[in-house]
Amino acid sequence: MRQSRFFRDIQLGVKNLMLHKLRSFLTTLGVVFGVGSVIAMLAVGEGAGRQALEEIRKLGSHNIIVSAMKPVEETGSRNVRIFRSIYGLLYEDARRVRESFPAVRQIVPVKVVRKEGRLGKRSLELRVVGTTSDWFQLVRRPLIAGRAFSRLDTEKRANVMVLTEYGARRLLATKATIGEFLRVGGDYFEVIGIVRSESGVGGSIQTPDRQIDAYIPLSVARERFGDVFTQRTSGSFTSERVELHQLIVEVKTLEDVEPTAAAIETMLARFHKKKDYRISVPLALLRQAEATKRTFNIVLGSIAGISLLVGGIGIMNIMLASVTERTREIGIRRAIGAKRRQIVAQFLIETVVLSMVGGGIGIGIGILIPWLITRFAGMPTVVTASSLALSVGISMCVGLVFGIYPALRAARLDPIEALRHE
Amino acid sequence: MNNIPANRFRGARMENISKVYRMGDQQVRALAGVSAVFEPGSFWAVMGPSGSGKSTMLNLLGCLDRPTDGRYILGGRDVSVLDDDELSDIRLKHLGFIFQSFNLIPQLTVEENIQLPLYYLGWSPDRSTDRARELAEMVGLGDRLGHRPTELSGGQQQRVAIARALANDPTVLLADEPTGNLDTATGEEIMGLLAELNQQGKTIIMVTHDRDVAAHARQCLILRDGAVERIEGGVH
Repeated sequence: MRQSRFFRDIQLGVKNLMLHKLRSFLTTLGVVFGVGSVIAMLAVGEGAGRQALEEIRKLGSHNIIVSAMKPVEETGSRNVRIFRSIYGLLYEDARRVRESFPAVRQIVPVKVVRKEGRLGKRSLELRVVGTTSDWFQLVRRPLIAGRAFSRLDTEKRANVMVLTEYGARRLLATKATIGEFLRVGGDYFEVIGIVRSESGVGGSIQTPDRQIDAYIPLSVARERFGDVFTQRTSGSFTSERVELHQLIVEVKTLEDVEPTAAAIETMLARFHKKKDYRISVPLALLRQAEATKRTFNIVLGSIAGISLLVGGIGIMNIMLASVTERTREIGIRRAIGAKRRQIVAQFLIETVVLSMVGGGIGIGIGILIPWLITRFAGMPTVVTASSLALSVGISMCVGLVFGIYPALRAARLDPIEALRHE
Repeated sequence: MNNIPANRFRGARMENISKVYRMGDQQVRALAGVSAVFEPGSFWAVMGPSGSGKSTMLNLLGCLDRPTDGRYILGGRDVSVLDDDELSDIRLKHLGFIFQSFNLIPQLTVEENIQLPLYYLGWSPDRSTDRARELAEMVGLGDRLGHRPTELSGGQQQRVAIARALANDPTVLLADEPTGNLDTATGEEIMGLLAELNQQGKTIIMVTHDRDVAAHARQCLILRDGAVERIEGGVH
């Protein structure tokens, strides 16, 4: 009984609003756009945020990545025809890190050589990664075929190679993949496995692996390619001597990440005269990205808040006009015996219906816009259930907050005055 | 009759009612010690020149306003001391209003207008639909239930208003110049309807300045300068 009465009250409210369809519709627009923009902006923010977090997570939250960095060039004589720079991480660094820190679970040294890989007539510029078998434990990518190389391969210095899906497609397109021999430099490597290549869309953060990777045992890389890399550019030679390009250190617990990173930094600083390395901590990046996302959400929230405020004021304005316009009706209802709170309820229901309908349309728009963005601009967007719930709650609150004043004003009218109103 | 205890009196009774309005720093005495007894089943006309306090008296009789002083007995209670909610309740249960300008709600149909008091009384939709039909039939508008007030003539609108005023089966039916916006012939019809209702036992108090209209009432209270000047017409 009470429920059906409430339902009738809503029906009556809707009926009254439908008397002025255009006006009611225009009134809701503020809330429509407010709610729509809240959801759309949050969806874009969430999409971008998740993408960044996902990329960082790919780096591994337990990892510390130490990369070789070419130090700032000393201004040498211009006449010198051969530049030779020696920098980067040393085999010795890997050993020292492994032995000095009990919090380190494993350490993966990485040596990178740019070489062309050839198979028959096909060729591809490869990033040959000399590493240990631990790489595959640390950078977890699904193995599509064959196997990863093992500790035994490293010890035996076997000429084996693991390609990425991308590399395999380019080089071994029509042939059975596993067991083929790929020529890199002057050596032949047997392809023993293929891993899925998973490279990010690009941006400031990069995953440790690339599409053009070819993994070989570190011992082999060292033996076949050496540590010196010479390049001939415009009549002069540049030669670089780099032992290791990267050390990926995995620690045991999350709490170890930052202290260990600091300790590694201190240790390296002692053994390296120049700063020819850089330490990046994905966890720190992750925290930073999360903080950025929070800030972003707060900013979006404030913008959305302002637009909803404007929407609410629009509703209040119209409801005040409506109360004035319907003064006589209010007088009639009061004379018949309606209590003040029943008048309040009547007008409040109308405002809440207006704002909720606006919220509903806004949700539709808020879902549509991210969909369009993803479809036509290719940006990832995520409409979260919580943002929808938030919008429904907010639009209801807008109705209540901005409806209460006009409703109270209607209820406080003196019935005698109201009846006399023309 | 003035001595019947309030809780057993079934009509409306004013005891030494005063009403003072404050206009800026001036006080205007609209009613000064009016006493009147409106017996159950009576048909009164309240008359007087403009400024005599007719409207004030009607507002007080209709529980739309509270007297500054005195007692007003309605429905067996002294309603002069009630608060706004309680007065609303008295209006809802004991009073029916008929206005000069009909005062129907334009966006509601005839049926919904008649149902309005029943809605506030909390009647079920089915029951109030039946009641509305019955009342519309009674005032001769059984075939206009779905119409809007603007689609009806003045006389028809006033009939709807009368049906609405009767919906809650009020103790007193208050009419404020019920024929003021109608032509003479239609006004006569409406007065005929009110007289008929009175014959069926309904207590009616009508405020008018028109002698011809007042002639339909059985008793007449004439106000002058906020006080009862005289009462015409015998006890029936």
